[in-house]
Amino acid sequence: MNSVIKSASYVLAHVPQMVIHNGTTQTTERVVNPDGDYLKELPKHLRSFKDCVEYWPNQVYIGNKTPEELEAVEFPYYDKNIDGASRYGKYGEIMPEDEFLLLAQTCDVFEVYYLTRDFVAATRPKLEADPIITDDIKGRIQEGIELSEIEKLVKEEAAEGLYLDGKLVGCVKRAHDIDVNLSAEVMHENIMNKATGVLSLLYLVRNAGINAADVDYVIDCSEEACGDMNQRGGGNFAKADAEIAGLVNATGSDARGFCAGPTHAMIEAAALVKSGAFRNVAVVGGGCTAKLGMNGKNHVEKDMPALEDCLGAFAILVSENDGVSPEINLDILGRHTVGTGSAPQNVIGSLVADPLERAGLTVNDVDKYSPEMQNPDITKPAGAGDVPQANYKMIAALSVKKGWIEKKDMPEWIKKHGLTGFAPTQGHVPSGVPFIGFARDGILEGKYKRVMIIGKGSLFLGRMTNLFDGVSYIIQTNTSAEESQNSVSRDEVKKLIAASLKEFANSLLGTEEA
Amino acid sequence: MAILKGKKVIVIGDRDGVPGPAISACVETAGGEVVFSSTECFV
Repeated sequence: MNSVIKSASYVLAHVPQMVIHNGTTQTTERVVNPDGDYLKELPKHLRSFKDCVEYWPNQVYIGNKTPEELEAVEFPYYDKNIDGASRYGKYGEIMPEDEFLLLAQTCDVFEVYYLTRDFVAATRPKLEADPIITDDIKGRIQEGIELSEIEKLVKEEAAEGLYLDGKLVGCVKRAHDIDVNLSAEVMHENIMNKATGVLSLLYLVRNAGINAADVDYVIDCSEEACGDMNQRGGGNFAKADAEIAGLVNATGSDARGFCAGPTHAMIEAAALVKSGAFRNVAVVGGGCTAKLGMNGKNHVEKDMPALEDCLGAFAILVSENDGVSPEINLDILGRHTVGTGSAPQNVIGSLVADPLERAGLTVNDVDKYSPEMQNPDITKPAGAGDVPQANYKMIAALSVKKGWIEKKDMPEWIKKHGLTGFAPTQGHVPSGVPFIGFARDGILEGKYKRVMIIGKGSLFLGRMTNLFDGVSYIIQTNTSAEESQNSVSRDEVKKLIAASLKEFANSLLGTEEA
Repeated sequence: MAILKGKKVIVIGDRDGVPGPAISACVETAGGEVVFSSTECFV
Protein backbone atom coordinates (compact mmCIF):
# COMPACT_ATOMS: atom_id res chain seq x y z
CA MET A 1 0.00 0.00 0.00
CA ASN A 2 1.04 3.59 -0.55
CA SER A 3 2.64 5.47 2.33
CA VAL A 4 0.82 8.50 3.75
CA ILE A 5 1.48 12.06 4.88
CA LYS A 6 0.88 11.68 8.61
CA SER A 7 1.73 15.22 9.66
CA ALA A 8 3.59 18.39 8.72
CA SER A 9 5.29 21.16 10.68
CA TYR A 10 6.54 24.60 9.69
CA VAL A 11 8.59 26.93 11.86
CA LEU A 12 10.34 30.29 11.53
CA ALA A 13 13.04 31.84 13.69
CA HIS A 14 13.11 35.65 13.55
CA VAL A 15 16.82 36.51 13.53
CA PRO A 16 17.35 40.14 12.46
CA GLN A 17 20.85 40.30 13.96
CA MET A 18 21.92 37.30 11.88
CA VAL A 19 20.74 39.18 8.79
CA ILE A 20 23.44 41.76 9.50
CA HIS A 21 26.18 39.43 10.65
CA ASN A 22 25.67 36.17 8.75
CA GLY A 23 23.71 36.70 5.52
CA THR A 24 26.14 36.39 2.61
CA THR A 25 24.87 39.54 0.87
CA GLN A 26 25.96 41.44 3.96
CA THR A 27 29.17 39.52 4.66
CA THR A 28 30.20 40.05 1.03
CA GLU A 29 29.35 43.75 1.25
CA ARG A 30 31.51 44.04 4.35
CA VAL A 31 34.46 42.77 2.29
CA VAL A 32 33.92 44.69 -0.95
CA ASN A 33 32.20 47.87 0.22
CA PRO A 34 32.51 48.16 4.01
CA ASP A 35 31.82 51.90 4.11
CA GLY A 36 28.91 51.82 1.66
CA ASP A 37 25.42 53.11 2.37
CA TYR A 38 23.79 49.70 2.35
CA LEU A 39 25.37 48.42 5.55
CA LYS A 40 24.60 51.73 7.25
CA GLU A 41 20.99 51.75 6.14
CA LEU A 42 20.14 48.07 6.64
CA PRO A 43 19.65 48.15 10.45
CA LYS A 44 16.92 50.79 10.00
CA HIS A 45 15.00 48.37 7.79
CA LEU A 46 14.95 45.39 10.15
CA ARG A 47 11.53 44.45 11.49
CA SER A 48 10.48 44.05 15.10
CA PHE A 49 9.40 40.58 16.25
CA LYS A 50 5.80 41.86 16.43
CA ASP A 51 5.90 42.99 12.79
CA CYS A 52 7.43 39.68 11.76
CA VAL A 53 4.71 37.70 13.56
CA GLU A 54 1.90 39.86 12.15
CA TYR A 55 3.20 39.59 8.59
CA TRP A 56 0.66 37.84 6.37
CA PRO A 57 2.96 35.35 4.57
CA ASN A 58 4.50 34.27 7.90
CA GLN A 59 1.05 33.61 9.35
CA VAL A 60 0.28 31.45 6.31
CA TYR A 61 3.58 29.58 6.68
CA ILE A 62 2.79 28.48 10.25
CA GLY A 63 -0.81 27.62 9.34
CA ASN A 64 -2.85 30.36 11.01
CA LYS A 65 -3.95 31.66 7.59
CA THR A 66 -4.33 29.90 4.25
CA PRO A 67 -2.83 30.69 0.83
CA GLU A 68 -6.39 31.35 -0.38
CA GLU A 69 -6.82 34.02 2.30
CA LEU A 70 -3.48 35.54 1.32
CA GLU A 71 -4.62 35.72 -2.30
CA ALA A 72 -7.41 38.07 -1.23
CA VAL A 73 -4.92 40.48 0.40
CA GLU A 74 -3.92 43.44 -1.73
CA PHE A 75 -0.27 43.33 -2.82
CA PRO A 76 2.24 44.26 -1.37
CA TYR A 77 1.78 42.49 1.95
CA TYR A 78 4.43 44.10 4.15
CA ASP A 79 2.31 47.14 4.99
CA LYS A 80 -0.84 45.14 5.84
CA ASN A 81 -0.08 43.27 9.03
CA ILE A 82 -2.59 41.19 10.96
CA ASP A 83 -3.04 42.98 14.27
CA GLY A 84 -2.66 40.72 17.28
CA ALA A 85 -1.56 37.65 15.29
CA SER A 86 -0.10 34.82 17.37
CA ARG A 87 3.46 33.52 17.22
CA TYR A 88 2.01 30.03 17.62
CA GLY A 89 0.25 28.35 14.71
CA LYS A 90 -1.44 25.15 13.65
CA TYR A 91 1.79 23.79 12.12
CA GLY A 92 4.48 25.43 14.25
CA GLU A 93 5.64 28.78 15.50
CA ILE A 94 7.68 31.92 14.92
CA MET A 95 10.41 32.02 17.56
CA PRO A 96 12.04 35.32 18.61
CA GLU A 97 15.80 35.76 18.34
CA ASP A 98 16.61 35.59 22.05
CA GLU A 99 14.77 32.29 22.58
CA PHE A 100 16.22 30.91 19.39
CA LEU A 101 19.79 31.73 20.46
CA LEU A 102 19.19 29.77 23.65
CA LEU A 103 17.57 26.87 21.80
CA ALA A 104 20.65 26.78 19.55
CA GLN A 105 22.84 26.53 22.65
CA THR A 106 21.06 23.28 23.55
CA CYS A 107 21.96 21.93 20.10
CA ASP A 108 25.71 22.31 20.66
CA VAL A 109 27.38 19.06 21.71
CA PHE A 110 31.01 20.09 21.15
CA GLU A 111 31.33 23.10 23.48
CA VAL A 112 31.70 25.63 20.70
CA TYR A 113 28.59 27.69 21.48
CA TYR A 114 28.65 30.20 24.35
CA LEU A 115 26.17 32.74 25.72
CA THR A 116 26.63 35.23 28.53
CA ARG A 117 25.33 34.35 31.98
CA ASP A 118 23.06 37.39 31.99
CA PHE A 119 21.55 36.48 28.67
CA VAL A 120 20.87 32.90 29.72
CA ALA A 121 19.34 34.01 33.02
CA ALA A 122 17.05 36.48 31.27
CA THR A 123 16.04 34.18 28.42
CA ARG A 124 15.70 30.79 30.12
CA PRO A 125 12.20 31.51 31.57
CA LYS A 126 10.99 32.65 28.14
CA LEU A 127 12.21 29.57 26.31
CA GLU A 128 10.98 27.26 29.05
CA ALA A 129 7.51 28.84 28.76
CA ASP A 130 7.26 27.64 25.16
CA PRO A 131 5.05 24.53 25.40
CA ILE A 132 6.97 22.68 22.67
CA ILE A 133 10.27 22.74 24.57
CA THR A 134 10.79 19.35 26.19
CA ASP A 135 12.25 18.70 29.62
CA ASP A 136 15.25 17.09 27.92
CA ILE A 137 15.98 20.30 26.05
CA LYS A 138 15.44 22.42 29.17
CA GLY A 139 17.97 20.17 30.89
CA ARG A 140 20.53 20.91 28.19
CA ILE A 141 20.63 24.67 28.87
CA GLN A 142 24.08 25.77 30.05
CA GLU A 143 24.48 28.67 32.49
CA GLY A 144 26.78 30.67 30.28
CA ILE A 145 30.09 32.49 30.72
CA GLU A 146 31.24 36.06 31.33
CA LEU A 147 30.91 38.66 28.58
CA SER A 148 34.63 39.41 28.83
CA GLU A 149 35.44 35.81 27.88
CA ILE A 150 33.13 36.02 24.87
CA GLU A 151 34.67 39.34 23.78
CA LYS A 152 38.09 37.72 23.96
CA LEU A 153 36.97 34.73 21.88
CA VAL A 154 35.56 37.04 19.20
CA LYS A 155 38.59 39.33 19.11
CA GLU A 156 41.39 36.80 19.48
CA GLU A 157 40.02 33.42 18.43
CA ALA A 158 38.00 34.32 15.31
CA ALA A 159 34.76 33.31 17.02
CA GLU A 160 31.51 34.29 15.31
CA GLY A 161 29.56 36.74 17.46
CA LEU A 162 25.95 36.21 18.54
CA TYR A 163 23.97 39.41 18.95
CA LEU A 164 20.69 40.62 20.35
CA ASP A 165 19.47 44.15 19.68
CA GLY A 166 22.95 45.11 18.52
CA LYS A 167 24.72 43.84 21.65
CA LEU A 168 27.14 40.93 21.84
CA VAL A 169 25.54 38.15 23.93
CA GLY A 170 27.48 35.11 22.83
CA CYS A 171 29.68 33.46 20.23
CA VAL A 172 30.34 30.33 18.23
CA LYS A 173 33.95 29.14 18.35
CA ARG A 174 35.80 27.40 15.56
CA ALA A 175 35.95 23.65 16.07
CA HIS A 176 39.44 23.32 14.53
CA ASP A 177 42.42 25.65 14.26
CA ILE A 178 43.09 25.12 10.54
CA ASP A 179 40.19 23.22 8.96
CA VAL A 180 37.93 25.75 7.17
CA ASN A 181 35.11 23.19 7.22
CA LEU A 182 34.99 23.55 10.99
CA SER A 183 35.50 27.32 11.09
CA ALA A 184 33.41 29.47 13.39
CA GLU A 185 31.37 30.65 10.39
CA VAL A 186 30.55 27.10 9.28
CA MET A 187 29.85 25.91 12.82
CA HIS A 188 27.48 28.86 13.29
CA GLU A 189 25.68 28.08 10.03
CA ASN A 190 25.35 24.39 10.87
CA ILE A 191 24.20 24.86 14.47
CA MET A 192 21.48 27.30 13.34
CA ASN A 193 20.38 24.82 10.71
CA LYS A 194 20.31 22.11 13.35
CA ALA A 195 18.35 24.22 15.85
CA THR A 196 15.61 25.07 13.33
CA GLY A 197 15.52 21.43 12.24
CA VAL A 198 15.11 20.31 15.86
CA LEU A 199 12.29 22.80 16.43
CA SER A 200 10.44 21.56 13.35
CA LEU A 201 10.86 17.92 14.48
CA LEU A 202 9.38 18.76 17.89
CA TYR A 203 6.31 20.18 16.19
CA LEU A 204 6.15 17.28 13.78
CA VAL A 205 5.84 14.78 16.62
CA ARG A 206 3.22 16.96 18.35
CA ASN A 207 1.18 17.42 15.18
CA ALA A 208 1.25 13.69 14.40
CA GLY A 209 0.10 12.74 17.88
CA ILE A 210 2.78 10.06 18.13
CA ASN A 211 5.65 9.42 20.51
CA ALA A 212 9.05 10.74 19.53
CA ALA A 213 10.30 7.16 19.88
CA ASP A 214 7.98 6.01 17.06
CA VAL A 215 10.02 7.77 14.36
CA ASP A 216 12.49 5.24 13.01
CA TYR A 217 14.22 7.15 10.20
CA VAL A 218 15.04 10.81 9.50
CA ILE A 219 16.11 12.30 6.17
CA ASP A 220 17.59 15.80 6.27
CA CYS A 221 17.26 17.67 2.98
CA SER A 222 18.83 21.05 3.77
CA GLU A 223 21.52 22.72 1.68
CA GLU A 224 24.23 22.95 4.34
CA ALA A 225 27.13 20.54 4.64
CA CYS A 226 28.69 19.25 7.83
CA GLY A 227 31.99 17.45 7.84
CA ASP A 228 35.69 18.09 8.19
CA MET A 229 38.57 18.56 5.75
CA ASN A 230 38.65 14.86 4.95
CA GLN A 231 34.90 14.54 4.32
CA ARG A 232 33.54 17.97 3.61
CA GLY A 233 29.89 16.93 3.34
CA GLY A 234 30.05 13.76 5.40
CA GLY A 235 26.87 14.49 7.34
CA ASN A 236 24.69 13.74 9.16
CA PHE A 237 22.31 16.52 10.16
CA ALA A 238 19.41 14.06 10.25
CA LYS A 239 20.72 12.03 13.15
CA ALA A 240 22.12 15.10 14.91
CA ASP A 241 18.67 16.74 14.82
CA ALA A 242 16.98 13.50 15.89
CA GLU A 243 19.24 13.21 18.94
CA ILE A 244 18.22 16.60 20.36
CA ALA A 245 14.56 16.15 19.40
CA GLY A 246 14.47 12.89 21.37
CA LEU A 247 13.86 10.54 18.43
CA VAL A 248 15.75 7.79 20.24
CA ASN A 249 14.81 4.97 17.88
CA ALA A 250 15.67 6.79 14.68
CA THR A 251 18.61 6.39 12.39
CA GLY A 252 18.90 8.61 9.36
CA SER A 253 20.87 10.22 6.59
CA ASP A 254 21.15 13.43 4.58
CA ALA A 255 19.81 13.83 1.06
CA ARG A 256 21.01 16.73 -1.08
CA GLY A 257 19.75 18.23 -4.31
CA PHE A 258 19.80 22.01 -3.89
CA CYS A 259 16.20 23.29 -3.80
CA ALA A 260 14.93 19.96 -5.18
CA GLY A 261 16.28 18.20 -2.07
CA PRO A 262 12.97 18.08 -0.17
CA THR A 263 11.12 16.53 -3.10
CA HIS A 264 13.80 13.89 -3.63
CA ALA A 265 13.73 13.21 0.13
CA MET A 266 9.94 12.85 0.17
CA ILE A 267 10.05 10.33 -2.68
CA GLU A 268 12.79 8.41 -0.86
CA ALA A 269 10.79 8.50 2.38
CA ALA A 270 7.66 7.24 0.63
CA ALA A 271 9.65 4.41 -0.94
CA LEU A 272 11.29 3.45 2.37
CA VAL A 273 7.88 3.19 4.04
CA LYS A 274 6.10 1.47 1.15
CA SER A 275 8.87 -1.13 0.93
CA GLY A 276 8.44 -1.92 4.62
CA ALA A 277 12.02 -0.95 5.50
CA PHE A 278 10.85 1.74 7.94
CA ARG A 279 7.46 2.67 9.38
CA ASN A 280 7.69 6.38 10.23
CA VAL A 281 10.14 8.48 8.24
CA ALA A 282 10.59 12.16 9.07
CA VAL A 283 11.83 14.45 6.31
CA VAL A 284 13.37 17.58 7.81
CA GLY A 285 14.83 20.75 6.34
CA GLY A 286 16.50 23.30 8.59
CA GLY A 287 17.08 26.99 7.95
CA CYS A 288 19.87 28.74 6.10
CA THR A 289 21.70 31.72 7.65
CA ALA A 290 23.56 32.46 4.40
CA LYS A 291 20.34 33.46 2.62
CA LEU A 292 19.22 35.97 5.26
CA GLY A 293 18.84 39.38 3.63
CA MET A 294 19.71 37.91 0.23
CA ASN A 295 17.65 40.60 -1.56
CA GLY A 296 18.24 43.17 1.16
CA LYS A 297 19.87 45.73 -1.13
CA ASN A 298 16.72 45.99 -3.22
CA HIS A 299 14.50 46.13 -0.15
CA VAL A 300 16.55 48.92 1.39
CA GLU A 301 16.75 50.79 -1.91
CA LYS A 302 12.94 50.68 -2.17
CA ASP A 303 12.60 51.82 1.43
CA MET A 304 10.76 48.72 2.55
CA PRO A 305 11.48 46.29 5.40
CA ALA A 306 14.29 43.78 4.86
CA LEU A 307 11.84 40.89 4.66
CA GLU A 308 14.35 38.05 4.62
CA ASP A 309 14.80 38.13 8.39
CA CYS A 310 13.69 34.59 9.25
CA LEU A 311 15.26 31.17 9.19
CA GLY A 312 12.63 28.78 7.84
CA ALA A 313 12.32 25.08 8.53
CA PHE A 314 9.86 22.26 8.02
CA ALA A 315 9.36 18.58 8.75
CA ILE A 316 7.01 16.05 7.16
CA LEU A 317 6.16 12.63 8.59
CA VAL A 318 5.69 9.85 6.03
CA SER A 319 4.07 6.77 7.59
CA GLU A 320 2.47 3.43 6.86
CA ASN A 321 -1.00 3.64 5.37
CA ASP A 322 -3.52 4.32 8.14
CA GLY A 323 -6.53 4.15 5.82
CA VAL A 324 -7.25 7.86 6.28
CA SER A 325 -4.31 10.17 5.63
CA PRO A 326 -3.49 11.34 2.10
CA GLU A 327 -1.19 9.05 0.15
CA ILE A 328 1.96 9.63 -1.86
CA ASN A 329 1.41 7.98 -5.24
CA LEU A 330 4.78 6.65 -6.38
CA ASP A 331 3.27 5.56 -9.71
CA ILE A 332 3.04 9.17 -10.88
CA LEU A 333 6.54 10.60 -10.52
CA GLY A 334 7.92 13.44 -12.60
CA ARG A 335 11.64 13.28 -13.28
CA HIS A 336 14.04 15.64 -14.99
CA THR A 337 16.67 13.28 -16.34
CA VAL A 338 20.19 13.89 -17.65
CA GLY A 339 18.81 13.77 -21.18
CA THR A 340 15.82 16.04 -20.59
CA GLY A 341 17.62 19.29 -21.44
CA SER A 342 17.12 22.72 -19.96
CA ALA A 343 14.56 24.35 -22.23
CA PRO A 344 11.64 25.47 -20.05
CA GLN A 345 9.13 23.39 -21.99
CA ASN A 346 11.31 20.30 -21.51
CA VAL A 347 11.65 20.98 -17.79
CA ILE A 348 7.93 21.47 -17.16
CA GLY A 349 7.13 18.65 -19.58
CA SER A 350 9.27 16.20 -17.63
CA LEU A 351 7.98 17.31 -14.22
CA VAL A 352 4.28 17.86 -14.96
CA ALA A 353 3.00 16.70 -18.35
CA ASP A 354 4.93 13.42 -18.76
CA PRO A 355 3.95 11.82 -15.42
CA LEU A 356 0.31 12.83 -15.89
CA GLU A 357 0.22 11.43 -19.43
CA ARG A 358 1.78 8.15 -18.26
CA ALA A 359 -1.04 7.87 -15.70
CA GLY A 360 -3.72 8.70 -18.27
CA LEU A 361 -4.42 12.09 -16.66
CA THR A 362 -4.25 15.72 -17.77
CA VAL A 363 -3.33 18.90 -15.88
CA ASN A 364 -7.01 19.39 -15.11
CA ASP A 365 -7.09 16.22 -12.98
CA VAL A 366 -4.81 17.79 -10.36
CA ASP A 367 -6.54 20.31 -8.07
CA LYS A 368 -3.48 22.27 -6.94
CA TYR A 369 0.15 22.52 -8.00
CA SER A 370 2.86 23.50 -5.54
CA PRO A 371 6.08 24.42 -7.38
CA GLU A 372 8.46 27.08 -6.02
CA MET A 373 6.40 28.90 -3.39
CA GLN A 374 8.59 31.98 -2.81
CA ASN A 375 6.81 34.96 -1.32
CA PRO A 376 6.48 37.56 -4.14
CA ASP A 377 6.65 40.36 -1.57
CA ILE A 378 10.34 39.46 -1.30
CA THR A 379 11.17 38.62 -4.91
CA LYS A 380 9.23 41.19 -6.96
CA PRO A 381 10.97 44.29 -5.54
CA ALA A 382 14.27 42.51 -6.21
CA GLY A 383 13.46 42.02 -9.89
CA ALA A 384 13.08 38.25 -9.64
CA GLY A 385 9.35 38.47 -10.37
CA ASP A 386 6.58 36.32 -8.94
CA VAL A 387 8.22 32.90 -9.02
CA PRO A 388 5.11 30.74 -8.39
CA GLN A 389 3.22 32.66 -11.09
CA ALA A 390 6.09 32.17 -13.54
CA ASN A 391 5.89 28.43 -12.92
CA TYR A 392 2.09 28.37 -13.34
CA LYS A 393 2.33 30.31 -16.61
CA MET A 394 4.77 27.72 -17.90
CA ILE A 395 2.52 24.83 -16.85
CA ALA A 396 -0.52 26.52 -18.40
CA ALA A 397 1.33 27.33 -21.63
CA LEU A 398 2.48 23.73 -21.98
CA SER A 399 -1.08 22.58 -21.32
CA VAL A 400 -2.30 24.78 -24.18
CA LYS A 401 0.26 23.15 -26.46
CA LYS A 402 -0.96 19.74 -25.31
CA GLY A 403 -4.55 20.73 -26.06
CA TRP A 404 -5.57 20.27 -22.40
CA ILE A 405 -6.76 23.86 -21.98
CA GLU A 406 -7.68 26.75 -24.27
CA LYS A 407 -5.26 29.66 -24.49
CA LYS A 408 -7.96 32.11 -23.44
CA ASP A 409 -8.59 30.06 -20.29
CA MET A 410 -5.00 30.28 -19.03
CA PRO A 411 -5.58 33.04 -16.43
CA GLU A 412 -8.64 31.25 -15.04
CA TRP A 413 -6.79 27.92 -14.98
CA ILE A 414 -3.87 29.50 -13.09
CA LYS A 415 -6.26 31.02 -10.56
CA LYS A 416 -8.00 27.69 -9.99
CA HIS A 417 -4.96 25.41 -9.89
CA GLY A 418 -2.31 27.84 -8.65
CA LEU A 419 -1.33 29.25 -5.27
CA THR A 420 -0.02 32.54 -3.97
CA GLY A 421 3.57 32.27 -2.75
CA PHE A 422 4.12 32.66 0.98
CA ALA A 423 7.41 30.97 1.84
CA PRO A 424 10.66 32.63 2.92
CA THR A 425 13.46 32.63 0.30
CA GLN A 426 15.44 29.96 2.10
CA GLY A 427 16.39 27.87 -0.95
CA HIS A 428 15.03 24.38 -0.33
CA VAL A 429 12.35 25.62 2.11
CA PRO A 430 9.99 27.18 -0.49
CA SER A 431 10.43 24.33 -2.98
CA GLY A 432 7.03 22.61 -3.20
CA VAL A 433 7.09 21.51 0.41
CA PRO A 434 5.36 24.52 2.12
CA PHE A 435 1.96 23.46 0.78
CA ILE A 436 2.09 19.85 2.01
CA GLY A 437 0.38 20.74 5.31
CA PHE A 438 -2.44 22.54 3.52
CA ALA A 439 -2.63 19.75 0.91
CA ARG A 440 -3.03 17.17 3.68
CA ASP A 441 -5.78 19.18 5.37
CA GLY A 442 -7.52 19.99 2.07
CA ILE A 443 -7.56 16.35 0.96
CA LEU A 444 -8.89 15.21 4.35
CA GLU A 445 -11.65 17.85 4.08
CA GLY A 446 -12.51 16.63 0.57
CA LYS A 447 -11.51 19.97 -0.96
CA TYR A 448 -8.81 18.39 -3.14
CA LYS A 449 -8.37 14.93 -4.65
CA ARG A 450 -4.89 15.34 -6.04
CA VAL A 451 -2.09 17.82 -5.34
CA MET A 452 1.19 17.84 -7.25
CA ILE A 453 4.39 18.82 -5.41
CA ILE A 454 7.19 19.97 -7.70
CA GLY A 455 10.81 20.47 -6.62
CA LYS A 456 13.39 22.14 -8.84
CA GLY A 457 17.10 22.37 -8.16
CA SER A 458 19.90 24.57 -9.54
CA LEU A 459 22.65 21.99 -9.75
CA PHE A 460 24.80 24.33 -11.82
CA LEU A 461 25.48 26.45 -8.71
CA GLY A 462 27.86 23.71 -7.52
CA ARG A 463 29.90 24.07 -10.73
CA MET A 464 30.01 20.32 -11.20
CA THR A 465 27.45 20.20 -14.00
CA ASN A 466 25.41 22.60 -16.06
CA LEU A 467 22.40 20.37 -15.58
CA PHE A 468 19.16 21.49 -14.06
CA ASP A 469 17.23 19.11 -11.81
CA GLY A 470 13.72 18.43 -10.65
CA VAL A 471 11.30 15.77 -9.47
CA SER A 472 7.59 15.77 -8.69
CA TYR A 473 5.03 13.53 -7.04
CA ILE A 474 1.31 13.45 -6.36
CA ILE A 475 -0.44 13.45 -3.01
CA GLN A 476 -3.91 11.97 -3.33
CA THR A 477 -6.99 10.93 -1.37
CA ASN A 478 -6.45 7.70 0.58
CA THR A 479 -7.35 4.77 -1.66
CA SER A 480 -6.68 1.86 0.69
CA ALA A 481 -10.43 1.24 1.20
CA GLU A 482 -10.89 0.91 -2.58
CA GLU A 483 -7.83 -1.30 -2.80
CA SER A 484 -9.16 -3.68 -0.14
CA GLN A 485 -12.55 -3.81 -1.92
CA ASN A 486 -10.89 -4.72 -5.18
CA SER A 487 -8.44 -7.19 -3.71
CA VAL A 488 -8.99 -10.77 -2.62
CA SER A 489 -8.85 -11.47 1.10
CA ARG A 490 -6.64 -14.12 2.74
CA ASP A 491 -9.69 -16.31 3.49
CA GLU A 492 -10.86 -16.03 -0.08
CA VAL A 493 -7.41 -17.13 -1.28
CA LYS A 494 -7.57 -20.15 1.05
CA LYS A 495 -11.00 -21.07 -0.28
CA LEU A 496 -9.81 -20.72 -3.88
CA ILE A 497 -6.78 -22.98 -3.20
CA ALA A 498 -8.96 -25.54 -1.36
CA ALA A 499 -11.45 -25.60 -4.24
CA SER A 500 -8.64 -26.05 -6.77
CA LEU A 501 -7.07 -28.89 -4.76
CA LYS A 502 -10.47 -30.56 -4.41
CA GLU A 503 -11.04 -30.26 -8.13
CA PHE A 504 -7.56 -31.67 -8.83
CA ALA A 505 -8.13 -34.58 -6.40
CA ASN A 506 -11.45 -35.34 -8.02
CA SER A 507 -9.85 -35.29 -11.44
CA LEU A 508 -7.18 -37.77 -10.24
CA LEU A 509 -9.83 -40.04 -8.76
CA GLY A 510 -11.80 -39.79 -11.96
CA THR A 511 -8.69 -40.77 -14.00
CA GLU A 512 -7.96 -43.83 -11.80
CA GLU A 513 -11.58 -44.93 -11.95
CA ALA A 514 -11.50 -44.62 -15.69
CA MET B 1 18.50 35.31 -40.19
CA ALA B 2 21.90 35.99 -38.64
CA ILE B 3 20.95 39.13 -36.73
CA LEU B 4 23.74 38.53 -34.19
CA LYS B 5 26.47 37.75 -36.76
CA GLY B 6 29.84 39.04 -35.61
CA LYS B 7 28.54 39.71 -32.10
CA LYS B 8 30.01 38.26 -28.95
CA VAL B 9 27.30 37.45 -26.40
CA ILE B 10 27.32 37.03 -22.63
CA VAL B 11 24.35 34.93 -21.53
CA ILE B 12 22.90 34.98 -18.03
CA GLY B 13 19.85 32.74 -17.72
CA ASP B 14 17.32 32.49 -14.92
CA ARG B 15 16.49 29.23 -13.16
CA ASP B 16 12.78 30.08 -13.03
CA GLY B 17 12.74 31.84 -16.38
CA VAL B 18 14.77 30.98 -19.48
CA PRO B 19 17.97 29.12 -18.59
CA GLY B 20 21.39 29.88 -20.07
CA PRO B 21 21.70 26.90 -22.46
CA ALA B 22 18.33 27.73 -24.04
CA ILE B 23 19.35 31.36 -24.63
CA SER B 24 22.73 30.21 -25.94
CA ALA B 25 21.03 27.94 -28.48
CA CYS B 26 18.97 30.88 -29.72
CA VAL B 27 22.02 33.16 -29.90
CA GLU B 28 23.98 30.62 -31.92
CA THR B 29 21.06 30.13 -34.30
CA ALA B 30 21.07 33.90 -34.81
CA GLY B 31 24.79 33.82 -35.71
CA GLY B 32 26.14 35.15 -32.39
CA GLU B 33 29.19 33.83 -30.57
CA VAL B 34 28.51 32.91 -26.95
CA VAL B 35 31.58 33.85 -24.93
CA PHE B 36 30.05 33.14 -21.53
CA SER B 37 26.88 31.34 -20.55
CA SER B 38 25.56 30.70 -17.10
CA THR B 39 22.26 30.09 -15.37
CA GLU B 40 21.75 31.75 -12.02
CA CYS B 41 19.25 31.23 -9.24
CA PHE B 42 17.86 34.55 -8.03
CA VAL B 43 15.87 33.13 -5.15
